[in-house]
Amino acid sequence: MPANDTIIEMEGIRKVYDTGKIQVEALRGIDLNISQGEFVAIVGPSGSGKSTLMNLIGCLDTPTAGVYRLSGQLVAGMKKDELATIRNRRVGFIFQNFNLLPQITAYENVEMPLLFGGVPRRERRNRIEELMERVGLKDRMEHKPTELSGGQMQRVAVARALAMDPDILLADEPTGNLDTSSGGDIMELFHELWEQGGTMLVITHDAALARRAARQVEIQDGLITRNTVGTGAGPAASE
Amino acid sequence: MTFVLNPLRQLWRDLRTQKLRTFLTTLGIVWGTVAVTLLLSFGQAMHRQMLKNVLGLGNAIVISFPAMTSKPFEGLGKGRPIRVTEDDIELIRKRATLVDAISSEYSETLKLKMGTRTMAVDVSGVSPEFGEMRNMIPQIGGRFLNPIDAAQKRRVAFLGDELAEDLFGATDPVGQIFRLHGSPFTVIGTLEPKTQDSSYSGRDKDKIMIPGSTFRALTGEKYVTLFIFTSKDVQHTKQTTDEVRTILAGKLRFDPTDKEALMIWDTTEMFQFMDSFMFAFKAFLGIVGSLTLVVGGIGVSNIMSVVVEERTPEIGVKMALGARPRSILTQFLAETLIITAIGGIVGLMITIGICEIWPSGMEEYMGIPTVDTQVALLTSALLGLIGLVAGFFPAQSAANLDPVVAMKMT
Repeated sequence: MPANDTIIEMEGIRKVYDTGKIQVEALRGIDLNISQGEFVAIVGPSGSGKSTLMNLIGCLDTPTAGVYRLSGQLVAGMKKDELATIRNRRVGFIFQNFNLLPQITAYENVEMPLLFGGVPRRERRNRIEELMERVGLKDRMEHKPTELSGGQMQRVAVARALAMDPDILLADEPTGNLDTSSGGDIMELFHELWEQGGTMLVITHDAALARRAARQVEIQDGLITRNTVGTGAGPAASE
Repeated sequence: MTFVLNPLRQLWRDLRTQKLRTFLTTLGIVWGTVAVTLLLSFGQAMHRQMLKNVLGLGNAIVISFPAMTSKPFEGLGKGRPIRVTEDDIELIRKRATLVDAISSEYSETLKLKMGTRTMAVDVSGVSPEFGEMRNMIPQIGGRFLNPIDAAQKRRVAFLGDELAEDLFGATDPVGQIFRLHGSPFTVIGTLEPKTQDSSYSGRDKDKIMIPGSTFRALTGEKYVTLFIFTSKDVQHTKQTTDEVRTILAGKLRFDPTDKEALMIWDTTEMFQFMDSFMFAFKAFLGIVGSLTLVVGGIGVSNIMSVVVEERTPEIGVKMALGARPRSILTQFLAETLIITAIGGIVGLMITIGICEIWPSGMEEYMGIPTVDTQVALLTSALLGLIGLVAGFFPAQSAANLDPVVAMKMT
């Protein structure tokens, strides 16, 4: 695996939650490398530590021990404001419950990361229109999330995750709150994004979605128990 | 541009989506501001009015009544009347280094005749300095007594405004002639109406002032009824009084420590008392008003805390999308400050409105309340401080949220 193409580089990552009396060891030494253009599914039972892993990868949280490099940049010891900048520029999050802000329109939701990134107004407009077209919701831009279906909401969330052109898309159970058909649409969208050269990391229970991934990583009790190339999609397309 | 405009846009969005909350929060600040500014404005108006009333009597003068000795001195028994002549006043004028101005006053009730009317009026014979010391401002077209009047013992008179109106009605009194104690006098001026809440021998509005020299020639009076003086420095009024007392004691041979030989009414004590009283009064009003404002501020802080709690998931999402903790802090702080500022401006306008429509009939007691710059600046500073403090703690707790936990708080 060539190092210059590596987006995620984890070595001996441990995460301990200190709740006062008891210490919960959520991750017990994870080694994981993900390269540019990979489509990785992380699977595992609930409580296995996969959400913790995603939070660490997305710089929402910092590991207790271990080395983590995101696009070659060492994350340990960064200040809160620097982590925020990393999240803004390098990572795009997609959540199970969409996490769209209900009071504002789809357009304004997609605009948010661009606002935080200090993108000028005109550029923002162009970018949002382009993204909404890409997820097939150009005619729904002025709708509020409550006026959209679940599948449409998740597509807005995908557009939002792509807004700052991140190095990697992180999706936590993206189809968990969707019916089969909408879930299928989202999986289709992910596949398209991957084919266009995106790097995808998906946490899922959904066997169908996991099979679409080129590589499957299984976690149990805070350790990687399986790390295999999947059946569905084949290896990453190189750019 | 975007660095300034984007947070403003977010803020506007937040306020717009929470209309009722914003309104209620603002209301607390409005009420607090009205309380502070109204109380301070009324306090200041009362102070001004009291000052005006006291100034009617004179401009930081000391009034001195020659009386009777109460201590034996150099072989002279006590109970001896002290009588001061114009020469003694002249002596003080020459010798006293601390005295700024001095004027004797001779007064008597004399018979006034004009046409068929005869009446008894209080007449005072005074020096030209008396006018300025006692705030005797002439109405337009007239003047107060001048040194030439005094030197030539002119038979000229300065009339109190109400007496002038009683005598001459609508006719301009200046240049009119009446007889006083049998001699004709010409009116040279009338008093500009003034408020005067204390006096020592009747209000100025009912009096006639003539030159002291004329008074002595007219009545044969040799001794002053009283004299008034001012100090070059108001702070040294006590020393000035002692100096005057010592000079007179040496000349008229009484014990300089004899307080009863010369009765003293130091009106500057009134000013000092009033200043400290009004300071305490305004401080009290200010504190009461400020507490109201602080209560308003606590309300804002509370509501902002609820807002932070309510919007915790939203803050979590924003942080996940790359909002910096510092910008979250700034956003909530700015929101609080803007709510405070809007409330303050509305409150200030309500106070200005109340002052505008305040009935003028109560002027004599309460003065005319106005919001001056001092009150406005003080209130703004207080509002700013309250906004900062009220906003800081909720904003800080918002900025310190853990995005992972915050997002799950749905």
